[in-house]
Amino acid sequence: MLVEEIMKKEVITLLPNNTIKEALELLNHHHIRHIPIVNEDHNVVGIISDRDIRDAAPSTLEEKQNQDILNHNINSIMTSPVITVHPLDFIEEIASVFYEHEIACVPVTKDQQLIGIVTEKDLLYTLIQLTGIHEQSSQIEIKVPNRAGILPNITKIIGERKTNISSVFIYPDQQDRSQKIIVLRIQTMNPMPLIDELKEQGYDVLWPNIPGLRQ
Amino acid sequence: MAEHTGVKTMSCQSAFIYTEKFQQYKFRDDHPFNQIRVKLTYDLLKHAGTLTDQQVMTPRIATDDEIQLVHHHKYVEAVKQASQRNMSESEIIEYGIGTEDTPIFDYMHEAAATLVGGTLTAVDAVINGPYDHAVNFGGGLHHAFVRKASGFCIYNDAAIAIKYIRQHTNYKVLYIDTDAHHGDGVQWAFYDDPNVCTLSIHETGRYLFPGTGNTNERGRLGGYGYSFNIPIDAFTEDESFLEVYQNALSTIAEYFNPDIIVTQNGADAHAHDPLTHLCNTMNIFEEIPQLAHQIAHTYCDGRWIALGGGGYDLWRVVPRAWAQIWNIASHFEPLSGALPQDWIDTWSEKSPVTLPTTWRDESGIYNEIPRKNEITEKNRISLEKSLKLIKNQQKYT
Ligand SMILES: [Zn+2]
Ligand SMILES: [Zn+2]
Repeated sequence: MLVEEIMKKEVITLLPNNTIKEALELLNHHHIRHIPIVNEDHNVVGIISDRDIRDAAPSTLEEKQNQDILNHNINSIMTSPVITVHPLDFIEEIASVFYEHEIACVPVTKDQQLIGIVTEKDLLYTLIQLTGIHEQSSQIEIKVPNRAGILPNITKIIGERKTNISSVFIYPDQQDRSQKIIVLRIQTMNPMPLIDELKEQGYDVLWPNIPGLRQ
Repeated sequence: MAEHTGVKTMSCQSAFIYTEKFQQYKFRDDHPFNQIRVKLTYDLLKHAGTLTDQQVMTPRIATDDEIQLVHHHKYVEAVKQASQRNMSESEIIEYGIGTEDTPIFDYMHEAAATLVGGTLTAVDAVINGPYDHAVNFGGGLHHAFVRKASGFCIYNDAAIAIKYIRQHTNYKVLYIDTDAHHGDGVQWAFYDDPNVCTLSIHETGRYLFPGTGNTNERGRLGGYGYSFNIPIDAFTEDESFLEVYQNALSTIAEYFNPDIIVTQNGADAHAHDPLTHLCNTMNIFEEIPQLAHQIAHTYCDGRWIALGGGGYDLWRVVPRAWAQIWNIASHFEPLSGALPQDWIDTWSEKSPVTLPTTWRDESGIYNEIPRKNEITEKNRISLEKSLKLIKNQQKYT
């Protein structure tokens, strides 16, 4: 899945010479936490977060000094240069951008122009959707040897039962690197006949898979 | 009996909705959903002497208009056509019919409409008739959607009943779902309705169908704050289950102040149930209806409709669990001690498993649960999260 499929296209922006106060008002009004700062050509020149403002003016209500800070231009406190991503980047890549740089929001640019924004929250939501939880389904996990040809065997067994698959993901077994865990969400309330058949064919079905609680 | 909290009179008038026709709702011989459960329950009560012929009420069939209080007319038409084998596989599959869970069977529409009729007969008995309580163990099919069959459910009789109550009265309805699966169909039907409050306590959707029922599903728009979900962990036992149930129901009833309650009493949260992973015993099926009964008398002048639902250990679990609901609705208290020997003798040959001999389970029906304390703690956290809105409101008023 690509960034352009999950990014928000309507982006609230400010110019570098807008005041910190204006930024604060926008953040509060739109219930957002980041505003990209652009120049006249719509190039991203900075980004400002609710945290940047809090750090600059910790108790905005009381002190006069803080009130003065609020009238400063944004470019005095904005983060620059800005890490941006491309609309054709994969969402897994921005997940690692968030992780490595410890940030929670990236502007999306094409030809140097701002065209969208992705937040950590949007990304998490998308990942949850990818696990198939949005369709009525049951989850089963199967521990299999880490070699070719296993997944099609399993999906064939499921397909023959006319059971639709909502999602599949595969991860290495933490205890035993020669094994992988296949996680499937399938659209049935009664996975038991399928589980029996998989077991009959020698598969190790974990259902549910909670360490210390296999019955 | 006199000490029973909130119960004013010596006996409550209760109706038991029953017909042999409930057996027509049958997908396949080897399908887990089997209405023989209702017959076994009826027969158990007859032998126990707690159900008289005068209390039994034969249900009517639901009309198309009534079914369409919830379901789309195209879906109802599809169910009818599918029953006659008049539709192609690709046409019906989008309605969730013809799958392994809900395969087509003859007279499918009529059978499903009879279950709905049973639930509406129960509603009529309570809102128009002289009855305080009415039970329909043929109903409680909480997964069906507006235009989709799902999880063995064709028509959502519970949602239809609530719409019907709202159509004929101004009652605020509290729906209480203790089936091991999330009561999703009913929840979504009333998600933006502040006059219908839904509470579902279920095994977490992490593994179990349908996957929804998180604490953060609270309703939307005007209905925000009127949808409650408490997912509990696999391997949860009686104590923790009841802690969650009793806390949640008492708190929500006080907050919502209902005029009528509808309970979905799926019996699949038992340790023996083959489709779920909870470790409860008969104990919870005695406690669940006792509190519901009390709430009905405290807030609703007694108005209580109890429905069936899931429950896939057909022989050992469901008949006892549902019979106790009736015992409480009609005689305030669950029965204890030995089951009627006649009942055991009648059914033991047909049962593939050894029938129980007492109302309660013996100890040791499941192995000790190694992470019991962590599970209890996690369930408590889910309970707190789910009730957070109410607790916050209470703090500031
Ligand atoms: Zn009563
Ligand atoms: Zn269930």
